[in-house]
Amino acid sequence: MTTLASAPEQTATAPAATPTRTRRRGARKVTSAGPLTHVLLVLTAFLSVFPLYWTAVAASKTNAELAGTPPPFLPDADLFTNIGRAMEEAPIGLAIVNSVIVAGCITVGTVLCSTLAGFAFAKLRFRGNKTLLGLVIGTMMVPTQLAIIPLFILIAQLQWVDHLQAVVLPTLVSAFGVFFMRQFLSQALPDELLEAARVDGASTMRTFWSVVVPVARPAMAVLAMLTFLTAWNDFFWPIIALTSENPTVQVALAGLGGGYVPDTAVIMAGTLVGTLPVLVVFVVLGKQIVGGIMQGAVKG
Amino acid sequence: MTIASDDPRVAAAAAPPPSVPPAPATAARRRRSRLTRNRWGYAYVAPFFLLFAAFSLYPFLYTAYISLHDVRLSDLDGAVFVGFGNYTELLQDEFFWNAARNTLTIGILSTVPQLAIALGLAHLLNYRLRGRTFFRVAMLMPYATSIAAATLVFAQLFGHDYGLINTLLEAVGFDRIDWESGSWTSQIAISVIVTWRWTGYNALIYLAAMQAIPNDLYEAATLDGASRWKQFVHVTIPALRPTILFTIVVSTIGAVQLFGEPLLFSGNGMTNGGVSNQYQTLGLLMYDQGWTNFRLGQAAATAWTMFLIILVVVGVYGLIARRRARAER
Repeated sequence: MTTLASAPEQTATAPAATPTRTRRRGARKVTSAGPLTHVLLVLTAFLSVFPLYWTAVAASKTNAELAGTPPPFLPDADLFTNIGRAMEEAPIGLAIVNSVIVAGCITVGTVLCSTLAGFAFAKLRFRGNKTLLGLVIGTMMVPTQLAIIPLFILIAQLQWVDHLQAVVLPTLVSAFGVFFMRQFLSQALPDELLEAARVDGASTMRTFWSVVVPVARPAMAVLAMLTFLTAWNDFFWPIIALTSENPTVQVALAGLGGGYVPDTAVIMAGTLVGTLPVLVVFVVLGKQIVGGIMQGAVKG
Repeated sequence: MTIASDDPRVAAAAAPPPSVPPAPATAARRRRSRLTRNRWGYAYVAPFFLLFAAFSLYPFLYTAYISLHDVRLSDLDGAVFVGFGNYTELLQDEFFWNAARNTLTIGILSTVPQLAIALGLAHLLNYRLRGRTFFRVAMLMPYATSIAAATLVFAQLFGHDYGLINTLLEAVGFDRIDWESGSWTSQIAISVIVTWRWTGYNALIYLAAMQAIPNDLYEAATLDGASRWKQFVHVTIPALRPTILFTIVVSTIGAVQLFGEPLLFSGNGMTNGGVSNQYQTLGLLMYDQGWTNFRLGQAAATAWTMFLIILVVVGVYGLIARRRARAER
């Protein structure tokens, strides 16, 4: 990386010198990126986005066309024919509706539970709160595999297989959400505000809705976006709890890629349709999501 | 649940049992709220912990119970106690050791380049840059793509006859590679999918931590005549160490559970991870045992073994980190 290849080492002059701060301020942070930095970043951005673009190209070509030299780099009108065929092969329309319902319910439930618990862990002192918080953090280490067998037996007994609540309920538990809201609220919510509400005689519930929630709103929005994305993309539990009779998008895609569709273009067309909604949302809200991930990283 | 009794202080205190969430506030209670406010904490955490008890804690323990029994998916009520039989059988099973090896190699092949590239990218993104938001959003696009979609697309890109990667290899004079059937090649391909999805995300985490490093440190280093590279090694990396540890732990936990990519990479929906199980991971093996061979007891033993592996590895990381921290003090 040439960005690093500047100043050769000057030894021994510095320690004696008294810092002339004002002149050297911000030696690094204001450094503009050089051309190579730009080249590397453009390359990375290209590699990040190209496979998604290629989905659209591959969705409109026959295998023979894809293997041609040079390979095709623009989609053509067959894209729509193949999307139609993919919708016939797998219930992708139904899957998108189901995914919206599932991810929506999970998002609302998770954000609510996480804000309540995060507030308690950040601001209320009650016996065992440290132990409980430790328990929350500890659950982040537990693999999904550890829960799915009893959950499968449970939903089989409740006859919930292929019903959306079988996916929604177990996914509402988000240790990350609780931790995320706790980190935000312990900094963003001043104790004086709670004190003032109490002096005014507000009940605890009232305090929560009219003091805590307004302060928590930006973090709740970030958590909602991340939760929706994770829930939309969740794979393992949905393919056990649902079948292609009543799938989410990921279950439908797993079925489509499961070998009964011989035509790659149709598989790619289905992949494109199933991925497009979340990518569009992502492009619109991308800046906020990036901010949210970085914010969570610093606080956590 | 035993929430409260976990804490020794609770047993010692003469306070009334705090584990019962208070009923909706009456007027009298509201007036006393100054005294009892702290007990409201339980009401706030209750929704989370009720869900946690029902859908996490109970399943974890029940999985342990099942792992000590011979349970068939076809006959859920006919459990037969076998003690640690499922575990001893697992340790003698060549499929288990094969899956464990594959999980390890894919884990290394995906985690190490992913975090190294992410660190470099974060460094680049930390310069003053035109189009900052564009680069950040573009790098996060793979994270927004689901495992299923990413794997189907990459399975196509890595295809033997029609895949773009082989086409390009051939164009520059190499032979076409049968990525799926080779042991190393299939594991590399799967690692590429994982790396593609997570590098940008980790870069943003590192970038956030880099921006929190006080500028004074760089000023001092500049005054000491440290080159950019020396600053990166002696200022940036040490300041980032907790964040790096965090990303290593998270990536490791993800790598042990790897499931969707090897399942869909085969292109035939089979759970064997290739004809010679060349990319069957522990997560896939567990699914194979439970839902292809109907042996839930065996699958539960595999699940608990995976959890123990995670605990041991994370414990080792913790020890190494602590020892390093002590050595530097």
